[in-house]
Amino acid sequence: MSTTSVAHHDEHEEHPTGIMRWLTTTNHKDIGTMYLTFSLVMFLVGGCMILGIRAELFKPGLQLMNPEFFNQLIGVHALIMIFAALMPAATGFANWMLPLQLGAPDMALPRLNNWGFWILPPSAILLTLPFTLALFGIGDGALATGWTFYPPLSVQGGIGVDFAIFAVHLLGISSVLGSINIIVTIFNMRAPGMTLMKMPLFAWGWLITAFLLIATIPVLAGAVTMLLTDRHFGTHFFDAAGGGDPIMFQHLFWFFGHPEVYILLLPVWGFIPQILQTFSRKPMYGYKAQVYSLWSIGALSVVVWAHHFFTAGMPVPALLYFMYSTMAISLPLAVLFYCWIRTMWKGAMTFETPMLFSVGWIILFGVGGLTGLVLADVAADAQYHNSYFVVAHFHYTLFAGGIMGIMAGVYYWLPKMTGHMYNEKLGKLHFWLTAISFNVTFIPQFFVGLAGMPRRIPDYALQFAEFNMISTIGAFVLGLSQLLLVYNIISCARGGQKATDKVWEGAIGLEWTLPSPPPYHSFTEQPVVK
Amino acid sequence: MASHSDNHYFVPHGSIYPALISVGLLSMASGFVFNVTGSDLRGDGSLKNPSLDFLATPGKYMMYLGLAIILFMMFKWLSDVVTESLTGQYKKWEDKSFRIGMIVFICSEVAFFAAFFGALFYMRVLSVPDLASYAPDITPYKDFLSTWPTQGPGGVVLGETFKPNPDFHPMTWSGLPLINTLLLLSSGATITWAHWGLIKNNRKQLIVGLALTVALGITFLICQAAEYHHAYTEMGLTLKSGAYGATFFMLTGFHGFHVTIGTLMLIVILLRSMKGHFTPEHHFGFEGVAWYWHFVDVVWLGLYIFVYML
Repeated sequence: MSTTSVAHHDEHEEHPTGIMRWLTTTNHKDIGTMYLTFSLVMFLVGGCMILGIRAELFKPGLQLMNPEFFNQLIGVHALIMIFAALMPAATGFANWMLPLQLGAPDMALPRLNNWGFWILPPSAILLTLPFTLALFGIGDGALATGWTFYPPLSVQGGIGVDFAIFAVHLLGISSVLGSINIIVTIFNMRAPGMTLMKMPLFAWGWLITAFLLIATIPVLAGAVTMLLTDRHFGTHFFDAAGGGDPIMFQHLFWFFGHPEVYILLLPVWGFIPQILQTFSRKPMYGYKAQVYSLWSIGALSVVVWAHHFFTAGMPVPALLYFMYSTMAISLPLAVLFYCWIRTMWKGAMTFETPMLFSVGWIILFGVGGLTGLVLADVAADAQYHNSYFVVAHFHYTLFAGGIMGIMAGVYYWLPKMTGHMYNEKLGKLHFWLTAISFNVTFIPQFFVGLAGMPRRIPDYALQFAEFNMISTIGAFVLGLSQLLLVYNIISCARGGQKATDKVWEGAIGLEWTLPSPPPYHSFTEQPVVK
Repeated sequence: MASHSDNHYFVPHGSIYPALISVGLLSMASGFVFNVTGSDLRGDGSLKNPSLDFLATPGKYMMYLGLAIILFMMFKWLSDVVTESLTGQYKKWEDKSFRIGMIVFICSEVAFFAAFFGALFYMRVLSVPDLASYAPDITPYKDFLSTWPTQGPGGVVLGETFKPNPDFHPMTWSGLPLINTLLLLSSGATITWAHWGLIKNNRKQLIVGLALTVALGITFLICQAAEYHHAYTEMGLTLKSGAYGATFFMLTGFHGFHVTIGTLMLIVILLRSMKGHFTPEHHFGFEGVAWYWHFVDVVWLGLYIFVYML
């Protein structure tokens, strides 16, 4: 029945070619490819911005740019990396892999899926347009408040803040649409016999991510809407003269912002164990424990937000509550670390590029997690707050824990997506360059942060000069080595050694039962899972 | 999942409407930014950059253009959906997708309102009492008393002085708001009555019930417009009336916006019912709108309790 009906469907379907194929597509693989490509492009754009920052910080004093422009680059770098590079990459994998892993014919709401992607390019335009307008003398550039939009600075800012507010609105719509689609797909499209507790861990990671997005992205939308009305319509949400409070914005923002960290990481925690089990050639350890840990982390993440602004001032009981609840997250996270390591324990391990990235990811993300524990301590945070220590910490979680995880996924699934093997030697070189230069970039930032160098300032005291120079050199090596990734992906998409269906010897899961690349319609008949 | 009587899931053909809606969104958003940058909507000139005044007019046209694109493309997209539904493309499996999707969407709407309720509670419980609690020698707000409703102590905002309006009156819970509560509660009943009619295949009950619901929704909106007019002209209560004014108008305003959308959706399903759409077994379009309407109803009850009564 199903085979005939899909064939029937195909006869009538004219696949548009060229640009129209991508503009109109309802196919989950096409949409996934667009998400991943967009993410890669924006990753390079955001990377170029931060290279500008690092170049300015190469030595003390102001050399390349004025402080206003420096601030703009920092804010837009963060917004691009979070919303336009990391989140779309995770959504791209969800689009590509969830239907394959769950044995579904496609995502549940294909047209909505297409809309979710096509909102992204307009929001990227909104984010960067103020730079262009400033070139023509209109306005004073992009938002200069950092990605956190804190008032009163953001209430006083120029046209860039308004553009960023609407960019965040559009990105939020896109995330909500993507989350709706993923939740529906996971609940309604699984193959017969695939119970929730038989789902691949990636689906669990994304399900919890999607719930977090649904609960928190609208709160961010509300917060920036209040900012907009405070700016232009005379409300007093964040203004003491009217009975409001600028700190309230921080509460609203971080009610979204802290779960956002886990929104970026949970999909990665989903698929890394799958990579570990593939290259350890044994099933992952503690599947159930990992599912429950992911849930606990998801639930805890919405009740810990105020640790981002301990120093803003709040009652001591509140400080204690937010400190202990934040530290409580390390318990389920420790369970996850234990399961990841135990999955590799006594396995027949090989170290292809995805595995290298995964193992490196565990170590470096561990550093990010442990420094987070330090920052969660109220007394210690008084020193660390707003210093480069924080910058180093969240790059260990979001670059090492997020982007390097995504890269593991790219190398892992690229042969399945394109049907060709990537260049293993280049892949390994890319890993070692990335891992080493990443540490060269960010380890010095821990030191200058502890010594008191504040973040988001274009100039610094002479005592920080050497470490900043090392950090800048590391950043440029890190940036340039990403060109290897771009080259590897492009050459892999264009040709190369044919990949087998299973690709990796130890691969487990439904996606490896299909040919590489999979046919346009993945599962014309749903497989039955026992 | 489990066993699907028909093992085929409907994957629609490609569609250009989603991408074009995004173009409309881009035009509307950037038009809005140009417009608010070029005009002085605060009325105090504090954020004004006179060299950008010329942006106001093109911004306005970009907004209208964007809105027109979005509305037209949504119309085309949804009429595709209706056609697919009428031609029997959607069976139980697809129907379940729509149901879960609608529930999740409504949850996201709840979170949006939660942000504004959160702001209301934060100001009432924390920031307003805080402002009144500091020792007289360290605070600029010496004479400020913590009361609710409040316009705040007043002070300098962005270089302009903000003074509370001496003729300010808060909104009462009786009168128009009470009538509005009764209107919305009865509209929840009429749409359920219409649903019963649909299930019993009593088309007349369906259409009368829906028409009543639309009428109640429109009456609600008229009452709210009258309430706003009263507030602005006679009560000294505006969007700029400090903490109370901001939360009052943003909460009731966004709710009114949702009632407007809900009423439009009700009108659409009323017209569809009159054309003979929906069957007793197959009517997600109806139920989705009904769920949305109940959601709007519940939000109003929250508003009525926390904004008007307490």
